[in-house]
Amino acid sequence: MQNRRDFLNLLCRGTILTGLAATTGVLAYRSVKSGNCELGSSCSNCGKSDNCSLTEAVLYRSTVWQLDPAKCIQCGRCATNCVMTPSAVKATHVFAMCGYCDLCGGYLKPDTKNISTAAENQLCPTSAIKRKFVEDPFYQYTIDEPLCIGCAKCVKGCSAFGNGSLQLQVHHDRCKNCNQCAIARDCPADAYSRVPASKPYLLQGIESKPDDKQIG
Amino acid sequence: MKKIFALVFLVFLFAVQFMNAYGIQRFPKPEFESGYVQPETLMPNPRAEVLAIMDIVVLIFCLSVVSWLVIKKRSRNKVFWMSLFALAYFGFYREGCICSIGSIQNVTLALFDTSYFIPLSAIIFFVAPLVYTLFFGRTFCAAVCPFGAIQDLVAFKPQKLGARLNAMLGVIPYVYLGLAVLYAATGTDFIICRYDPFVGIWRVNASFGMFVFGGLLLVSGIFIARPYCRFLCPYGVLLNWTSRFSRKHITITPAECIQCRLCKNSCPYDAIDMPVTGKNPDDKRTMGRKLIFITFLIPVLMLVGGWTGSRLHEQLAGVNGKVKLAKQILNPVSDKNQAETFEMEAFKSAGKQQSQAFAEAADVLHDFYIGGWILGGFIGLVFGGLIAGLLITKHHTDYTPNKGTCLSCVRCVDYCPVKVT
Repeated sequence: MQNRRDFLNLLCRGTILTGLAATTGVLAYRSVKSGNCELGSSCSNCGKSDNCSLTEAVLYRSTVWQLDPAKCIQCGRCATNCVMTPSAVKATHVFAMCGYCDLCGGYLKPDTKNISTAAENQLCPTSAIKRKFVEDPFYQYTIDEPLCIGCAKCVKGCSAFGNGSLQLQVHHDRCKNCNQCAIARDCPADAYSRVPASKPYLLQGIESKPDDKQIG
Repeated sequence: MKKIFALVFLVFLFAVQFMNAYGIQRFPKPEFESGYVQPETLMPNPRAEVLAIMDIVVLIFCLSVVSWLVIKKRSRNKVFWMSLFALAYFGFYREGCICSIGSIQNVTLALFDTSYFIPLSAIIFFVAPLVYTLFFGRTFCAAVCPFGAIQDLVAFKPQKLGARLNAMLGVIPYVYLGLAVLYAATGTDFIICRYDPFVGIWRVNASFGMFVFGGLLLVSGIFIARPYCRFLCPYGVLLNWTSRFSRKHITITPAECIQCRLCKNSCPYDAIDMPVTGKNPDDKRTMGRKLIFITFLIPVLMLVGGWTGSRLHEQLAGVNGKVKLAKQILNPVSDKNQAETFEMEAFKSAGKQQSQAFAEAADVLHDFYIGGWILGGFIGLVFGGLIAGLLITKHHTDYTPNKGTCLSCVRCVDYCPVKVT
């Protein structure tokens, strides 16, 4: 009696172990084989990702959440739906894109009469954008990162009237990298996705980070 | 001439209007003469990828040490200290991500959606505790899972719930697991993460609802030890079943049980089975009748469950983004004053065809129809199992930990008067 029970236990244990091993094997194989190499333009070895022997493509890479500014409609949910307060999503200023306008659509309210740094003229609810005179007629706009709440008001203004140099991005020093991003599931434009941690920003209009890994 | 001017002007206006704001500069970057240096765009780096390997190493280390403490050392004290370490590392340092409970969804999504890239740590966090449980019992629950650790800390006055209530509440995790797998497989949502009660505590920062849920669990945890682990945890279902076939398992007494009943009261989780001795409560005939009843009952319950699940597939799919969008396209906002929803605005600006959105939603609905049958059948099976468990009495002579529900916390060992000399 005892022997039969032991044997059955052994059998079940073997079955479960085999099942787990098979699942792990399938997942690991798929992940290694999957052609979703997202090194993109920074890699010169492209077009044969299935046979790619580069360590970055073969090794397991971790992913982080990022939003694509090209899809973003500036609804403002990034500010409210993040599990963190304040949100880990903040406006990022891509200086290479900026026109340094005096009449900045991201800084000033559309109905402003005179251009000044007065708080009532500013679009930003927390006055997180700092305006600094560079030379006539150009002004530099810098975001005071801790003050920004990610409401996207400036992003909307800049993309409507300016170059679109202000873009929302997940700031990875603040992001907890939740298993399922709380903003992603409520994003109306489906702009969020998991991106490789080696290329964690999706800024538009410029090449990625200057010191980004150059491969090949 | 005027007409041509107007036309050119209009074309220019349209060009400005439709020029994608990104990538094309309306205002070219000025050439500065004052030697102005353009500041660098702020892009903080994410957590180093190497640290994900460290999580795996810590997990394997904790599992090994705790299994050794439970099986060989049989020391409650040391297990407790390990649980504090797990609470500090996986809870407060790693802030609840990644965790084994949530990894169910990653694995499910990876199996169903080949485009999803599953990180190595998610695979290991799913598989490693199951493998250890298969050999040593639920040592993961004992002192590696931060959820268990924090609830164990507050279990001051655990009450007995009784076998019936325990069995009935024990059905909830199966339903939760079924729903979590359904929603993960259809790529809708990760509900285990969404309704994670303790992540707000790890991060000392969460929505009001999260805090209330976590707080309620901790307060009720004073009287009902580990309520999440026993009556909610979907990963616990998997551990429960693997633990039943474990090679080794903690034993209450190191030698012969002397039937003193001292251990029975020490278990806060009602996981010690009392001996069922004396006269056979069921003779062969009633036993046979019960078995026939159960073999008929279970398929009926599964069919009823599956049918109900398939009827409810539209309700279940209601939270899916694609289905929601299709519904909004079908019933646009009638009130002129009311603003358009962000979903509709995004849909229009993306320039996708309506038919495409409908086709996507129909695909999702179809998945939910099949998923509804499977989920319902699974729930029917679980209820059948519950009834079977309550009807059939098993015979055993000693006080033994129930291999399925025992969380290997080692409390009972201290209460056993039998000592090996």
